[in-house]
Amino acid sequence: MFKGNFIDNLPKIYGTYTGGFFVFIILMAIAEQAGVSAKNIGVMFVAFTVLIYALIGYLSRTIQVDAYYVAGRQVPTVFNGMATAADWMSGASFVALAGGVYYGGYTYMAFLVGWTGGYVLVATLMAPYLRKFGCYTVPDFIGTRYGGNLVRACSVFVLFIASFTYVTAQINATGTIASRALGIPFEAGVWVGLISILICSMLGGMRAVTWTQVAQYIVLIVAYLIPVFWISNKVGGGVFPHLMLGDEVARLGELEQQFGLVKNSAADMKAAGVPGGLKYISGTHAGVPEGGMAVWKYLSLAICMMVGTASLPHILMRYFTTPTVRAARKSVAWSLFFIFLLYSSAPMLATLSKLALMDPNLPTGIIGKSISDVQSIEWVQRWSEVKQVFIADFNGDGILQLNEWFMRGDVVVLATPEIAGLPFVISGLVFAGGMAAAMSTADGLVLAISNALSHDIYYKIIDPKADTAKRLLVARVLLVIIGAAGAYIASFRLTSILGSVAWAFDFAMSGLFFPLVLGVWWKRATRQGAIAGIMAGILSGLTYLLWVYPKFSVPIFGGVNTPFLGIDHLRFGMIGAPICLVVMVVVSLMTKEPDAATQKMVDDTRIPTGKAILGKQH
Amino acid sequence: MSNKDAYWNKTKNHMIVTLVLWAFFSLVIFMFGSELNTMSFLGYPLAYYMTAQGSLLAFVVMLFWTANKQEKIDEEHGFSEREED
Repeated sequence: MFKGNFIDNLPKIYGTYTGGFFVFIILMAIAEQAGVSAKNIGVMFVAFTVLIYALIGYLSRTIQVDAYYVAGRQVPTVFNGMATAADWMSGASFVALAGGVYYGGYTYMAFLVGWTGGYVLVATLMAPYLRKFGCYTVPDFIGTRYGGNLVRACSVFVLFIASFTYVTAQINATGTIASRALGIPFEAGVWVGLISILICSMLGGMRAVTWTQVAQYIVLIVAYLIPVFWISNKVGGGVFPHLMLGDEVARLGELEQQFGLVKNSAADMKAAGVPGGLKYISGTHAGVPEGGMAVWKYLSLAICMMVGTASLPHILMRYFTTPTVRAARKSVAWSLFFIFLLYSSAPMLATLSKLALMDPNLPTGIIGKSISDVQSIEWVQRWSEVKQVFIADFNGDGILQLNEWFMRGDVVVLATPEIAGLPFVISGLVFAGGMAAAMSTADGLVLAISNALSHDIYYKIIDPKADTAKRLLVARVLLVIIGAAGAYIASFRLTSILGSVAWAFDFAMSGLFFPLVLGVWWKRATRQGAIAGIMAGILSGLTYLLWVYPKFSVPIFGGVNTPFLGIDHLRFGMIGAPICLVVMVVVSLMTKEPDAATQKMVDDTRIPTGKAILGKQH
Repeated sequence: MSNKDAYWNKTKNHMIVTLVLWAFFSLVIFMFGSELNTMSFLGYPLAYYMTAQGSLLAFVVMLFWTANKQEKIDEEHGFSEREED
């Protein structure tokens, strides 16, 4: 069908794929008109897309080391950007981001700035140099630059903690979406999710993950943008919501005044039996909280997310796959562009969703209406059954107040199409998008962990004489083990205990940011400095987390501790990273400066041309 | 000063300029959130607009700009890569 090699045909292949996906959406819309049930449409959406990913994974199988670890270093700039965007945007971003903005307003949007601004650090400080270095994994860079197995093992340790924290949350999200779309129990959904993830990555490693991630990006962005534009036009928000929702934001401010922002007491909520995880609107949408502490909290969260972004191995390793250093730089820019398409839409979706519920002039509005009327609405009933929405008439007047309407954040993305009266085919599409987002991130993470263990621990430390077949076998076995461990933990629903996705960023920034940056930008950085810095950073960060997070501090320290300078459990990287920097610099200056060979290696890393430090196959 | 050192100096300065711009859009403007919010852009309160969209867009533009500029520095010093097939 296609002449020439695979890489040259990529635009055609993915163009055909995107066209095919639209045809599929239209077929589903026709099926809905013909009377196919909503449930079956959801099943078909998820099953069809997952089958396509599995097919891509199978076709990309490989027996080559460099194809397995870095996709043969031939991924074109723009496609690597799409793959990175899918790798980056997790099930949590897809499902929860708009909900976060819905409840958190301006304050929450520090996450948006943090999760995009971090790419400036990736592009200027890291990606081109790591690409030039020619490493297979992030610890591969640290182990070679600083020299020695101990520093390599320390960086694998940090990578493991950061990525594993993240991956259980992703498998959990995959399970949640699979269980809802396919109508199976959560535990079964987790294992279905895991098998889909493994099929995409096991046979072809990075190569297979790259090409499935591109396909997943296309699905997830289509699934996110179509509803946003459609809803905007339906509720009168304008054809292009990103530029035209100024009036709606202002209107939300008026409505907040009209209904009043009331804080419920914990006792009232307990007495009314509000299910866990459901929230109500108690803060302003666009208002900026006053005071220095509020500013500091915004900035510290943004800093943690930005620096964490630049240290997360599953993102950095995507830039090892481009053909050149120059392509790595451009590829970061494209990644951020593709991420921007979704991130800039989340606040718009939150605004539209809030307006649809709050504005009494809209047919969809429910706040200020009589509770018995609201309870008879179909989507309210459906989502009440699964405890995703809840009504508590605190003042007993029979009218729904703003503080009496409880909803889980995820519902903003999953139910807004229904609330705004869009056909179910759109909800099926949203399920497929959420599944794509969760799977693509889980794939990247599981691969990052198992590659570090198979390359850096097994091949570099345990058995340097292993042949290619044995290395790839070990890599695949580890992939299955890591995936299964993640799914096993996720199936216990321990994520509420494991805490937030934000922790992965804090762990990574505590232990990896400065060793990576200084490895390129400061020749004087020594092995001893790196070892001391990594361990001091990660251990101080971890200790602070145990001290500050109530679920840990109560059993360990016997009480709840007040965060130091407002640095709570979401921001513990603010403790770990500076300690890492100071320790690394002090110990480096106290030890002998790196030898001439190491200094030359750093010099070569800084220049785009010339041979990579590590060979094509190593 | 060798060509390599000159190249690295330019690269370093370029890095610093990029990071100053980055700090401006990610940190400095949000130090003045409540003041900015009294102004408006496209009908949005300004601080709200920047955190929802403006700064994000600035980062995207900045990254394309910075990559192009760095390529020019590469060329000037003869470290430009030939696109590989």
